Amino acid sequence: MKFVKQLSIIMAVSFVAEVMEYLIPLPVAASVYGLILMLLGLITKIIPLSKVEDAADFLVEIMPILFVPPTVSIMTSVEAMKQMLVPLCVISVVSTVLIMVVTGRVSQGIIRHKSKEGSSR
Amino acid sequence: MNEMLINSAFFGVVITLVCYEIGAWVKRKTNFVLANPLLIAVLLIVAFLLVFQVDYEAYENGAKYIQYFLTPATVSLAIPLYRRLELLKKYPAAIFVGIGAGVLTAMVSIFLMSLIFGLTHTQYVTLLPKSITTAIALGMSEKQGGIIGLTVVSVSITGILGNVAAESICKLFRIQEPIAKGLAIGTSAHALGTAKAMELGEVEGAMSSLSIVVAGIMTVVAIQVFAGLI
Repeated sequence: MKFVKQLSIIMAVSFVAEVMEYLIPLPVAASVYGLILMLLGLITKIIPLSKVEDAADFLVEIMPILFVPPTVSIMTSVEAMKQMLVPLCVISVVSTVLIMVVTGRVSQGIIRHKSKEGSSR
Repeated sequence: MNEMLINSAFFGVVITLVCYEIGAWVKRKTNFVLANPLLIAVLLIVAFLLVFQVDYEAYENGAKYIQYFLTPATVSLAIPLYRRLELLKKYPAAIFVGIGAGVLTAMVSIFLMSLIFGLTHTQYVTLLPKSITTAIALGMSEKQGGIIGLTVVSVSITGILGNVAAESICKLFRIQEPIAKGLAIGTSAHALGTAKAMELGEVEGAMSSLSIVVAGIMTVVAIQVFAGLI
């Protein structure tokens, strides 16, 4: 029964998130509102970690399987895929390298700047 | 037969689970990064449906019950992030500025390349969330009018590339601090990249998994501005 209780808390948060999606006129999916709500709940201890973590860990673990159905939907957009296959590949590859380099260099710069400051004092 | 399958609530569920298991088995046996269980499962299912001439609707009719769990699973991503909250308090500047710079790079580079390729709005918003975790990227693509299947393909290419190339890229661009490595890999290549970051070290892995959610949330905010540009 512990698992059922945990799952019902997660489902309740998902439902509140759905209500927020309906009420807030922004193109943001319910899942994102839910993620933020859950995080706030944990930080404020309104939702204790021990009351959700087993069910949550299970859901996170099986998440890759949940991506299978939306990906199979490419079957219905073969034409769209043909049209943008080249840009899709080029943009995916180039942007990934750029993001990795910029994030790494910027955060490394901040870390090293800080440690230098610390040692010169 | 097709009619029976269209009315079946379990056909889509069973074929999804079985094909994913086969994919996971191939991954375990070969330990080859291109042997991604998600991609193998999708290829097997598409091949099966085409060979046996089963309508996509018949698959979707059962598979929608699997997809149903995507929202609660995404909500559950708050739990691993909460466990790493201490790290966030320890290195706030490096984490927020580093990931913020990465997210901005994502938006600007995808925008510019989409202009160069002359992409339509639909194609552009399909690719815009491609570096974040599939869970959040799917919702963003759908809300902006993108093609979700192609968003997942782009997210997967990104993750596989990040996984394969992370070590060489960090070496080439002299990203040496373990914290910086983790942030770079998680921000650019979500969960698939994080698997590599975990191999590199504990700090790299922790930072990378923290970046998945932080970059995801920052991207949701950034997309509100960037989606309207094309």
